[in-house]
Amino acid sequence: MTIKEEFITDEQTVKFYQTGTFTVGNRLLDDEFRTVQATQERSNSIDSGHRACQGCGQALGARYALDTAMRVTDNQIIAANATGCLEVFTTPYPETAWSIPWIHSLFGNVASVASGIAATLKAKGDTTTRVIAQGGDGGTTDIGFACLSGLFDRNDDVLYICYDNGGYMNTGVQRSSATPGGARTSTSMPVGENPGSSFTTGKFLPAIAMAHEIPYVATASVHDLHDLERKVEKAMSFRGARYIQINVPCPLGWGSLPAQTIKLARMGVESGLVPLFEAEHGDLTHSTKIRYQVPVEEYLKLQRRFAHVLKPANIEQLETIRAIAEKNIKRYQLL
Amino acid sequence: MLHQMSGSIAVAKAVALCRPDVVPCYPITPQTHIVEHLSVLVKSGQLKNCTYENVESEFSSMSFCIGSSAAGARTYTATASQGLLYMMEAVYNASGLGLPIVMTLGNRAIGAPINIWNDHSDAMSVRDAGWIQLFVESNQQAVDVHIQAFKLAEALSLPVMVNMDGFILTHAITRVDLPEQEQVDQFLPSFVPRQKLDTQSPLSIGAMVGPDAFTEVRYLAHHKQKEALAIIEQQADEFLEIFGRDSGGLIKTYFADDADIVFVAMGSVVGTMQELVHELREEGFSVGILSLRSFRPFPANAICNALKNAKKAIVFEKSFAVGMGGILASEIHMATQRYIGEELKIKSVIGGLGGRTITKKSLKKLVECANKDELDDEVFMDLDGGTVVRELKRQQDGQTSGPAAENILRDIGVVSASKTH
Repeated sequence: MTIKEEFITDEQTVKFYQTGTFTVGNRLLDDEFRTVQATQERSNSIDSGHRACQGCGQALGARYALDTAMRVTDNQIIAANATGCLEVFTTPYPETAWSIPWIHSLFGNVASVASGIAATLKAKGDTTTRVIAQGGDGGTTDIGFACLSGLFDRNDDVLYICYDNGGYMNTGVQRSSATPGGARTSTSMPVGENPGSSFTTGKFLPAIAMAHEIPYVATASVHDLHDLERKVEKAMSFRGARYIQINVPCPLGWGSLPAQTIKLARMGVESGLVPLFEAEHGDLTHSTKIRYQVPVEEYLKLQRRFAHVLKPANIEQLETIRAIAEKNIKRYQLL
Repeated sequence: MLHQMSGSIAVAKAVALCRPDVVPCYPITPQTHIVEHLSVLVKSGQLKNCTYENVESEFSSMSFCIGSSAAGARTYTATASQGLLYMMEAVYNASGLGLPIVMTLGNRAIGAPINIWNDHSDAMSVRDAGWIQLFVESNQQAVDVHIQAFKLAEALSLPVMVNMDGFILTHAITRVDLPEQEQVDQFLPSFVPRQKLDTQSPLSIGAMVGPDAFTEVRYLAHHKQKEALAIIEQQADEFLEIFGRDSGGLIKTYFADDADIVFVAMGSVVGTMQELVHELREEGFSVGILSLRSFRPFPANAICNALKNAKKAIVFEKSFAVGMGGILASEIHMATQRYIGEELKIKSVIGGLGGRTITKKSLKKLVECANKDELDDEVFMDLDGGTVVRELKRQQDGQTSGPAAENILRDIGVVSASKTH
């Protein structure tokens, strides 16, 4: 990342982090690193007026991911959507927030619907239009898992974006196989022994995607939109199956303040619980280093879903979550 | 051009003549030969500009169809039995979205007990799914009706399912007259989608619809199926003109006009019935056949018109609603009650389940009984009552009698089953 030269002077100490959020201000960046938010020509794939909750991480992530894809393809994007929050809050009949060709079919089939669209483009010799599939973590890691694995196996020319908020938020916050261990959901309540979601292996889909050796896999987070945009742009430079998983805090499901969505997204990453990395053809190619490591409990204590984990009686759960962060830091070389 | 070939290969070639853009598939007996042959036609370049994909499940296959059809591709796939059930959610979705996909159903029983042979349980399981459902009696009709199916689907923007009996038709090698490409091109115009995912003209497809509009959207689906009644007849006429064959249409009657007793049936069993009717007519029986070629839409008027002179209708079907009885029989009953009345007696016969052979002898017995007013209202043709009684007794004797299907197999000695505990 380069900083515009005019801001670097001997007289002035440049404060890159004047917002207090470690976010580099758009105006300090060279044009190529600026977010599409700043341009007049941004596509507005998702228009205003949709029904997302206050502080919805998914609405933000989807907007930036789609607009970036639109920018790099000269607005030649077709999107398929799994059933879920994003689908529901953007298309209450007869309104739609989508200004791009968009289809919703079912909860568990978005990968195959997208493959079908890509097959049509292939049959018709259309190499300019590109396809994006998107779903939440439940639609991706659970009910849509078979179709997604099929898409990876066939290496269909689709970018699949998973908005990971760690649960079935649209149906009232139930546990998915991407729900973090210990978290309270409405099907993993903090009662009895081992309160909250079980500490089973879960399904960390980026690693599963890497095992398919598809051209490109990345994780991103809505606290760093420049990084998200860069990864989407990079994904669009590949042909074949690509997977991006975006960390999108959910105030409703997490029991967090809407105003803290960005902060929580960042703390998840800085604690080591949400590793940010890229992989090409199955090999790790880049990981984002933690700048200021955040203790796991600092991240957890801002979310009511982990309130029980921080009680002295459940110290073992906290230790387990710490160990997960340590393992991520080691495995993905985050420090 | 005349050929000797299996029904599956003939259907694959007929589908290829329709120039599909996208064909996803997943193997399941007894339709697999259709999609196998299509893979050869695509890979060898005989079917050009077509994306063929062997996907990971039937659910994925129909979902793939939904994507490709919505993107503007003429789309085809095939399945049967368990495969149809596995894709069920997407089957409803395809019709709800109004996507003109054509699918062959190689009709097969549904388990458990697992059974790969022919009956119509699979077709009946989707009778309310919003698809046009056509049945064919022969492999020639299978060829002809598939060509009509694409035209029908695209005219209505609704999916069409062509039902052909598994093994009896799919695997039977018969004489088939395959049309010329020029004829098919003349009959079937290129696909102009009613709705399409297009970056030049962005649409949202698949929005959530609440109580304020759901009834109207659903009624429209019903209305379109009713519209199909006329279009199916009209397209059969157009087909006759270009190809010189009377294939398709809503119904077909054989000696039904003046018959006292009329068989009502769908699919390949009509062929057996035709032979029988010729023989019975020579013996002096007043008997005929009404073959339903369109099951959805249900051609109630045409059925009543065909049965208006009959005294008894023997509704023969290869499936039933457990706990209720004959599905086709109850629909025929409903239609004729409304337009003909009590003077027509409806007899429900269920037979040919799981591939059990349907013999002329057994069918003849039905007519003889009906002629003497001795046919029950509901008959399970060729049911082995003794076997059923034995298993019922076993279940009465003890709570832990074990799995019924395996007990029955042991009783009749088909397989060497394990000893009872």
